[in-house]
Amino acid sequence: MSGRIILVGDDIDTDQLAPGAYMKGGIEALAAHCLEGVRPGFAQEVTPGDVLVAGRNFGVGSSREQAAEALKHLGLAGVVALSFAGIFYRNAINLGLPVLTAPDLSAVTDGAAARLDVAAARLELASDGAAIALDPLPDNLQVLLADGGLVPHLKKRFAKERNKEQGQCAEHRP
Amino acid sequence: MTETSASPRPTTLAQKIIARASARDHVTPGEIVTARVDLAMIHDSGGPRRVEPILQDLGVGLFDASKVVLISDHFVPGDTDEGARILELTRQWAKERKVAFHDGEGICHVVLPERGHLLPGMLVVGGDSHSPTGGAFGAYMFGVGATEMAGVLATGEIWLKVPETILLEWRGQLSAGVTAKDMMLALCGRLGMDGGKYQAVEYAGEAITALSMQERMTLSNMAAELGGQAGLIAPDATTAAFLEKAGANMGARASWSGLATDAGAPVQEHHVFDASALAPQVAAPHSPANSAPVTEAPETPVDVAYIGACTGAKYEDLRNAADILRGRRLGKGVELLVAPASKRDQDRAAADGIMAVFEAAGARILPNACGICAGYGADRLGEDVTCISSTARNFKGRMGAASSKVWLGSPLTVAASAIAGKIADPRDFLPDEGERS
Repeated sequence: MSGRIILVGDDIDTDQLAPGAYMKGGIEALAAHCLEGVRPGFAQEVTPGDVLVAGRNFGVGSSREQAAEALKHLGLAGVVALSFAGIFYRNAINLGLPVLTAPDLSAVTDGAAARLDVAAARLELASDGAAIALDPLPDNLQVLLADGGLVPHLKKRFAKERNKEQGQCAEHRP
Repeated sequence: MTETSASPRPTTLAQKIIARASARDHVTPGEIVTARVDLAMIHDSGGPRRVEPILQDLGVGLFDASKVVLISDHFVPGDTDEGARILELTRQWAKERKVAFHDGEGICHVVLPERGHLLPGMLVVGGDSHSPTGGAFGAYMFGVGATEMAGVLATGEIWLKVPETILLEWRGQLSAGVTAKDMMLALCGRLGMDGGKYQAVEYAGEAITALSMQERMTLSNMAAELGGQAGLIAPDATTAAFLEKAGANMGARASWSGLATDAGAPVQEHHVFDASALAPQVAAPHSPANSAPVTEAPETPVDVAYIGACTGAKYEDLRNAADILRGRRLGKGVELLVAPASKRDQDRAAADGIMAVFEAAGARILPNACGICAGYGADRLGEDVTCISSTARNFKGRMGAASSKVWLGSPLTVAASAIAGKIADPRDFLPDEGERS
């Protein structure tokens, strides 16, 4: 098991994830205050590979993508929640932070050893080898995540388009 | 809703706009489509400082500079060093990228339609969560983060999951002292902050038809607090009159007539509310969903009364608040802050004697910007301050210290509370017919 569960509640909002007072600075400074109002010491407590597990409507509020960026910066493997607010969800995928939903997360306990298997849409728990089945991501979002987010995805697409254009130019050359 | 015999398959307003934008005859809720974007709006926080490095990384320019509008509002007036630097960068970018730029003229959601950029039927993305405001004009407008915006600016496209429609029908008429803001706080309480399920919320019914454009904007704006992707209202004569005055291109006017949800179109949920039974609402800290009629609020002294934000400081918001305040004094120790949502609205309010009412009451007038609502600048609520605010959201610590407590209400309720020194029912302070501005 590469990480452990950090459990938070319902309606975790973007002002908790990315407090407005620190929006002027870089992600390092902002991430240090991530969730401090909900769980003091959160930024210091996260170790890479940890999985944030939440209740309903995670990421409600602002469109500021620093909310997702801070979590990624801290090294979280992803967020698993009963539901996500729409803009946060899109932002997370675009930044390459896995976000998955599950209908029931009552078996998850804070601090338990766990591993998030994004490809298989499973949250593996150390205790007796149990795993929680997560809702599979739609195909287009799986592609985005597999590419590492929107920017690498677009780079790939533009490179393909350029190659194609160059190929066509070459063909038309006498 | 309209009867359209020409359409063989009744469809929702959201489906019609998205089908057109994705060059399809018909789209079905749940399917994922790629749409062409008619307009992209960005501001100083999520805009140039965040998107330009991504565009550089991608090695591309704007898909169409004429379809991009930049508005500075989050860091205006630049009262911190970093904020001033971000504004400077924003101004440079506007010049270099040759986009329409409104600098210090007000909050993006108010300025965009006020300056005629928005049209019914458009598919619009905004780099801000309150972007559903554009839905008041019958545009499918929704908020995205900076990376997604950079993708839009690079390609002119965005993917969408075709939404279901959640129809919120308001019958009857609002009574005096009750506004669109009260409707939204009541909806947040009833449906919750995820009641919109990231689908298309649509407002309809006689109480909606009766609302002015600025009141409709408040409804659509707070579709964000309901968790909807968009907050739509079918365009009508009220919409057309507003846009004509704003100098919008009215050439496509004829195409708006069918822009409505057809009778019999499949909606996921249909809720019916009675506008005439609605009382002014307040939402207790720290969620808009903590709403209840103001008559049920506990005795709550307030330190600060804030009339601001795209939600609650447009011209009509200012006028309504001034009608309550005129000739009255602020409660002892209450600080009244007024941040008109746009320069144009403030100028109009000044010409109509409304700003003079605030000044006579001893209010501090703040810049035409997001101000304390975003909490990005030097002005923030101090420790243990209790504030009644006309803004959209009252999350813990958003407007200042984590120990500050923000109650939400309509601009009228904020004004009444400023006079009473505690949360108060605006209906106890309504002016007589002849005294209104």
